[in-house]
Parts: sequence; C-alpha cells; structure tokens
Amino acid sequence: MNLLTVSGSPHVYTDSSVRRIMWGVVISLIPAMLVSFWYFGLGAIVITLTAVVFCVLFEFLIQKYILKEQPTIMDGSAVITGVLLAFNVPSSLPVWQMIIGCLVAIGIAKMSYGGLGKNPFNPALVGRVFLLISFPVDMTSWPLPISNRLVLTDAVTGPTTLGIVKEGIANGETVSQLYSKLPDYTQMFMGNIGGSLGEVSAIALIIGGMYMLYKKIITWHIPVSYLLSVFIFTGALYLINPEIYIDPLFHLLAGGLMLGAIYMATDMVTSPMTYMGMLVFGLGCGVLTVLIRVFGAYPEGVSFAILIMNACVPLINRGFKPKRFGEVIKNG
Amino acid sequence: MLKTFKLGGVHPAENKLSKDKSIGVLAIPKVASIPFSQHLGAPAKVLVNKGDKVRVGQIIAKGEAFISANIHSSVSGKIARIDEVIDTSGYKRPAVIIEVEGDEWEESIDRSKELKKEIRLGQKEIIQKINEMGVVGLGGATFPSHVKLMVPEGKKAEVLIVNGVECEPYLTSDHRLMMEKGEEMLVGTQILMIALGVNKAMIGIENNKPDAISHLAELAKNFSGISVHGLKVKYPQGAEKQLIKALVNREVPSGKLPIEVGTVVHNAGTTYAVYEAVQKNKPLFERVVTITGKSVKNPGNFLVRIGTPVLDLIEAAGGLPEDTGKIIGGGPMMGKALISADVPVVKGTSGILILRENESGRKEVAHCIRCGKCITVCPMGLEPFLLEKLVINGNFEQTQKERVLDCIECGSCHFTCPSGRPLLDYIRYGKSRVSQMMRSKAS
Repeated sequence: MNLLTVSGSPHVYTDSSVRRIMWGVVISLIPAMLVSFWYFGLGAIVITLTAVVFCVLFEFLIQKYILKEQPTIMDGSAVITGVLLAFNVPSSLPVWQMIIGCLVAIGIAKMSYGGLGKNPFNPALVGRVFLLISFPVDMTSWPLPISNRLVLTDAVTGPTTLGIVKEGIANGETVSQLYSKLPDYTQMFMGNIGGSLGEVSAIALIIGGMYMLYKKIITWHIPVSYLLSVFIFTGALYLINPEIYIDPLFHLLAGGLMLGAIYMATDMVTSPMTYMGMLVFGLGCGVLTVLIRVFGAYPEGVSFAILIMNACVPLINRGFKPKRFGEVIKNG
Repeated sequence: MLKTFKLGGVHPAENKLSKDKSIGVLAIPKVASIPFSQHLGAPAKVLVNKGDKVRVGQIIAKGEAFISANIHSSVSGKIARIDEVIDTSGYKRPAVIIEVEGDEWEESIDRSKELKKEIRLGQKEIIQKINEMGVVGLGGATFPSHVKLMVPEGKKAEVLIVNGVECEPYLTSDHRLMMEKGEEMLVGTQILMIALGVNKAMIGIENNKPDAISHLAELAKNFSGISVHGLKVKYPQGAEKQLIKALVNREVPSGKLPIEVGTVVHNAGTTYAVYEAVQKNKPLFERVVTITGKSVKNPGNFLVRIGTPVLDLIEAAGGLPEDTGKIIGGGPMMGKALISADVPVVKGTSGILILRENESGRKEVAHCIRCGKCITVCPMGLEPFLLEKLVINGNFEQTQKERVLDCIECGSCHFTCPSGRPLLDYIRYGKSRVSQMMRSKAS
C-alpha cells in the first residue's frame, strides 16, 4: 500500500480557485468588449489587444527577472487589468501611450507591492489616472461611435455626455437647454455615445455584472450602494434645482459609473472584506463621484473616487468588523 | 421556512453513500486494544492487571477526576498486556490489550431486545448510572455525558436539545440509529430530560434526512414534551452553538457554555447510549460506526466493539481500496487523518472515511486575494484571513483580541478559500499559543 497522507482538517475543499474567479471576470467582460468593438471598431480591438498583451508581458517579465518567482500569468488577473485599462481609455489612444499605461498599471500599481492580492489600489485605475494626467489631450479626445469603426488615427471626436453638461453649466446654460445636445437615454443605455471604449454601454456592463453575481464572484453590496448613493445624492440636488443639476438617471448612465461600480470598485483585492464595509465603501465612492462630477474641475470622478476609497479600505476593514457570534448577551 | 443558524456556513457535497445501509454487527475482534483516554478530560485509572480475565462490560479503568469517564471491556478474554498503542489521535496512548476468548457478558446487563419504556430511576440515580456506564458524547467531542447533566448552581436548564443534525458529509451512523432505534432514543431523551429537570426537548435533524424526521416525529407523538425539527442543510449546524441558535435563536456568549442560555445539547447517538446504560444496565462498549468512501466496495454502518482495529471494519466493507490516499477518523470537515489503519475504534469514532489518492491532497496555495469569503462563511463571525496574518507575524496578543479562542475549528474557512490557504492550520496554532500565553499569565 502507498503511504497515507496525513494533514489537518478539513479534508475537502470547494473547487473555486483564484484562476476560476479571474477567468470568470474575463468571461463577464465579453459583452462589453463586443459592444466596444461594434461601436469603435478597429481602434477598440487594437487598444484592447495591446493592453492585454502588454499587461501580461510586463507581469511575466517582472515576475521572472525582477522578483525571480514562478510567473503566474495564467491566473488571468493581468488579463483583467489589461481589459479594464483598455475599457478606461478612448479607442483613439496612441498605442505607445497604452503600453506606458500597462507598465504603470502592472509594474507600479501591482507588482511593486508584491503582486496579486497585495496591491492597495486598483491597477487599471492607477494606469488610467496616470495616462489622464500625462496625456490629457489624447485621453480626452473621444471618437464618435460607429462613424470611426475603420479608423485608427484622426478619428472624428466629440465630447462625452458629462463633458457637455460640465461645459454647458459652466457657460451658464440651463439643464433644459442642454437636453437637446444630449443623446437620449436609450442610446446611453445601449452605448451609442462617445466615451472610453468599455464604459459606454450600461446594458452590456449590467449583463456582465449579473453573470458575476450568479457565479458568486462579486456580491451586490458595492454596486448597489455605489449606484444608489449616486442616485440619491444627484436626485437630491436635482430636486433642489433642476435647472443647474441634471437628473439622477443621467448620472447613472453617463461616464464610467456603471463600469466603475460593477468592475472597478468590486475588485476584491482593493475593496473591504465585510458586507457592512462594502456598503460604506460603495457609499463613499458614490458621494465622491458626485462631488467631483458636480462641483469638481473634472467632468468625471469615478476613477478618483474609487482610488480615494481604495486608500480608505484598511480603515474600513478595521472599523467594520463582522458581527461576532455570541456578542449580543441577553439581558446584558 | 426551515430553521437554520444565521451567521456563515457552507454546503459541502453531502456524499451520504451509506444512508440506506442498515446497521450490521461487526464480528468480535481477536484482539481488542482499549485506550484509557477515549474522552475529553483526564485519562481513566486502570483497575486490571496483565493476566486478568475480564468479561464483556466489566469496568477496566475508572474515571476519577471530575471530567473523566469509566472504561469498560468490550470483549471477554485475558489481558495480554497494558501497553501504549497509537490511537486515532496519532499519538501513543496507554491501553489495555485483551486477547479475546468467547463472548461472556457481565450478568448484570439486560441483553433482551425488548423495549423498556418505564423509567424507574430518579434524577440523581440517572446521572450516577450514566457516569458509572462510561457514557460520553458520541458526536465526536466525547465530553463525559454525566458532567453535562450536572447543572451548575445558579443556572437553570430550560430545554434539552438533541443533536441529530449529522452535518458532516459522508457520515450516517446517527441517521441509521434514528431510523432503527428511534423509540429507544426517545426513551433516552426522556431520561436526559429527567436528569436535567426540564419538560421540553427539541430534536434537530437536517432536511437531507426526511425519513428520519418523519419517523421520529411520528414516534414522538407518544412522548410528551419532545418535538422534532427539520433544519435547512448547512454546515456546521451540528456544532453546539450553531444548533442552539438554529433551534431556539439564542446565542451562547463567547467563552461560555450552552447552559448560559438555558440549554444543554446531547448527541442523538448519545441518547441511545443513555437508554442502554439506564434501562439495560449496559456500559458504553460498542457504538455504530460508518465506514465509507467513494472507492469503498460496500460502504455501510456497523455496530462495533470499542477496541476493534479499524482494519477489521475496512475488511467488512470490502477491504482497503487500491487507490486509498487518506484514512480519516470522522468526517471530511473535522475528522482526523489516521497515520495507519491499525488503530482501535474508540468511543469518539463516528465514522471511518477512506479518501482516494486524488482526493487526498490539498489545493495549491496562492496569495490571499482578500475576497472575504472566509469571513462570509465563518459561523463565529471571525476573520480567518486576519487571524492567519496575525499568527504568521507572531502577534498573539492581537490574535487573542480578535477572539481566536471562539474558533470551533469547523474548517469552513479553509474549505472555501479560493487560494487554498490553510487558514485553520494557522488558527489552531494561534489557539494553542494564546492558551499557553493565558496560562502563563494566570500562574
């Protein structure tokens, strides 16, 4: 007989694994990816491929030659970072800028902390913010959907919906005047608007989110509390003065909110561990997003809001512990 | 809606392969090795010498400490030697080794099959009898039963909870016992109610045993004060605190016993042992053991004399499979991996589970990805990932503050961790270091 294995209990395990979770996320990203290919064509394909290839390549090189450890690129986490980084930039972004973004996302935001599980900030968001600050013009030139399908350079660009509102309000226009310049909400819901290539279609992102919920990769807590707090906050502002503050439904569908709430804020590595903590985290993201969108200098605040809340995660984890069994003492 | 506990919990594959196999009687072994310490607490003090003749049911070691239990011979024959044997814990423990001759029982034991419903003994006498007969908790923890029946001063028991949950995958010994010895168990439950001075008993059974629920519920109609409750299947519902929460919605405070919330919990198998001890004058020297595993030819349930080698049991189920990788005493969630099949069945052996080679390894360990699943599943509301980190860093002060001693070692955290981290290994180590620290502070 062979030797018996002896180990501590438990002796059975779930078949869930890091690899399964990460590839599950990749699968859930497919609808939004296909939509981006449909609207932005060649540019979206080139940017997505570049981002994935270079994120994986940088992770491999850093693990093998700098950290001198067994590369774990097959776990799929670098692929996710690549896809999400691509989702967060315009499809007309020069490829060399995209590559720098990948290096920042993987090299600085992820591997410098020790790799998967150790990074405090969402790598794709760090990459995006780095690009936004370094290449503000290229990062805010938004190709119009469909008309630029076969174009790689010199795309016809236009402002994002949030940009229209921010500028309009700044120029003293009223919200009712601005509505005529904005696409209708069905188009925003489907994604037929200018913007970062993966953020435009709410429906595709929601489908992906549903899949992740079904597969138990994420829970409802962060997306719901994030979206709800944005809705309530902007709704309150709208009720105060609908001529200065646009309606809450617009805020839900515009910009990177869906992408942020479903994919970026739910990144398990950089979000709180308990349900209560997740709700607080989502609330913080929502409040900061609205503050930046409505009162800040940038038209969009999702990336900054999530990164700021990422920084608060250790504090939230300390402040919102799970309810211990036996803590409530009767008659005590 | 079915009752269950609130916090945490997992649902491992049930694999109750032997649930329809009625209890067979395993042949008496040629040699029985009976350890002195088969229970929680102090080992019993040996009463016999090498060369002595013993009979079935004769006391061979006395539990003298407050928390200890008597040990009786399970066979008749000659004491070959008193020596150390490796038991299911993997350690060498002193034991009486008996060469079996015939099967002569003590005359005081009532061997008739007839059901004895009338309870003649009073509260004190029952506790005395249970103590004398060496009855311990048969769910696995083997806490001496009579100690649990002595309600401390100032406390009051309101309800007796009988644990028929059997939430460990694979195990079916309690299930079969409930199907085949239901009435005896209900009489045993009544005896325990008298001992505790309560007029209410609740039997909790998970919903994956609908036959046992309806069978016992039907029988319980003839017993006043006993009710049967189906529970939603969720591990670790068989853990004392979780079962109390599920049935009466009370939480036992951290570091306290169930009596704090007016409850006392006894295992379903124990109620049968209590019946036999009190009504039949029969000491605890045999128990029902499940022998199971996916490669086992004939998984089943057997009535086994204490001290029988596990190997005999495996033979009765068709022999050790070729692809055996691990032998577990108990279930797959909390059971102990045995270092050999040549160890004796003891009072706490609820089952022997044989895992195949390809089921025996652990998952590959990856970095913690802070998914929080371990927190979600922890039935005690702890943060296993944090305890692991604190233990690795050697910060045992903080480990204690994070309530490591509340851990019931159910294994849900390691079971569920996608990164395959051995969280419970670290937590167990943390528990022992914290206990050590507390002891040295106290002294």
